[in-house]
Amino acid sequence: MGAGHAHPLHLDRASPVHRLAPEVKIVATLLFTIVVVATPREEFAAFGGYALLLAGVATAARVPVTWLAKRATIELPFVLLAVFLPFAGHGERTEWLGLTLSVDGLHGAWNIFAKGTLGVVASLLLAASTTMRDLIVGLDRLRVPSVFTQIATFMLRYLDILADDARRMRIARLSRGYDPRFLWQVKAFAVSVGALFLRAYERGERVYLAMVSRGYQGRLPLATQSTATGTQWAQSAALPVAAAAIGVTAAMFS
Amino acid sequence: MSLRVEGLTFAYPDGSTALRGVDLSLSEGERVALLGPNGAGKTTLVLHLNGVLHGGAGTVEVGGLRVDAGDRARLAEIRRRVGLVFQDPDDQLFMPTVAEDVAFGPANLGLRGAELDARVDEALAAVGMAAHRDQVPHHLSFGQRRRVAVATVLAMRPELLVLDEPSSNLDPASRRELAEILERLPVTLLMVTHDLPYAMQLCPRSVILDDGQIVADGKTADILADETLLHEHRLELPFGFHPVRP
Repeated sequence: MGAGHAHPLHLDRASPVHRLAPEVKIVATLLFTIVVVATPREEFAAFGGYALLLAGVATAARVPVTWLAKRATIELPFVLLAVFLPFAGHGERTEWLGLTLSVDGLHGAWNIFAKGTLGVVASLLLAASTTMRDLIVGLDRLRVPSVFTQIATFMLRYLDILADDARRMRIARLSRGYDPRFLWQVKAFAVSVGALFLRAYERGERVYLAMVSRGYQGRLPLATQSTATGTQWAQSAALPVAAAAIGVTAAMFS
Repeated sequence: MSLRVEGLTFAYPDGSTALRGVDLSLSEGERVALLGPNGAGKTTLVLHLNGVLHGGAGTVEVGGLRVDAGDRARLAEIRRRVGLVFQDPDDQLFMPTVAEDVAFGPANLGLRGAELDARVDEALAAVGMAAHRDQVPHHLSFGQRRRVAVATVLAMRPELLVLDEPSSNLDPASRRELAEILERLPVTLLMVTHDLPYAMQLCPRSVILDDGQIVADGKTADILADETLLHEHRLELPFGFHPVRP
């Protein structure tokens, strides 16, 4: 379903990965991440293998490396924490460029960095090849409670409207000479956040009324679309299965 | 008789009385404008027509079927018969694509598959929006969203179409296009509006609701020509506009 909804993590391409049903991609990403997280941190070769697998998926999905790298920066705050581990860690220490580093801390930092990056890139590939709408459809088909998928559907629809509301209110504030420079001047901003909440709340009531008027009785109609085929499940299973194979092999030969 | 409202009263939980005995009947295929100042009770009346609000005295009948809030099956049929188009299309359109939103109503009626698709196509064609079926509502112009909002209720094949301020916030061309669409629809139409020329253009008959009561009911041309009546109920013709009998 090509809704063409613009969201910054989606890359609109025609590729075999894009064509896969959303639910198989979600399951594959989840299983792959579990395999990565379950791999002992000393199995350096295994992590190299996982990275190669993701590179393969990225190529198949026609997602450029620079595009991925730019968006993977979201993990930086978490990785920054890892940088301190080699300095703060206890136990055996090693010399490197005149610094005494904890071996355990180094392993800990590597663990966070490698697993974090692989997980983020896998999720980015999922997001790049699947629209938000399809992600919700996929979750729905995976029997995620409809309360969650319904909330996500509404969020998808109304986030833009809410952002527009907020933008208009900001412009209206600026137009009346509001230009806060100090903390004690933020009162108007805080008040308008409250006003925005009230507007959203009232809109929620009106939306509900409009839905009830069209016969809503507490259940959204199910999307009538073809679900994933056996072939699609098999194709997307390739990623976690290969990852598991790499992980097991590395563990056996170390 | 398409719609019959008799002795309808309603007070909100905070005690403010919104309707004080409203009587209103619409024949099949009739187009009627519901006029009145802000706070007159227009929206309250409209929300009674499909049973969203209830609990006061009086009765509402749609196509001979009495609105009864306790009877779920009947309420579902009433909500199919009465199509409510709300003022802000963003309140009405909540699904991620136009087609899914138009399908929402008929899907609630139990339609599925090809039949549902046909309903969606038919409704979108009726408002000239068939080319936009897979678009995101947010990416449409305001006038287009208003037309899609009309389609979302047309897809339920209503007998009575109720529009809340259909011409508000539309540019002149969109306003005219919507009028042309509404004129062609083979349904009974009740149009809540402050846009008196629009009432003149579309509705041969008008009623004025003020302070919870129907205070005037007659030919739109006669009502709009009665300056004293309009003035009493805070209604005003736009500058330079003079109603002419068709």
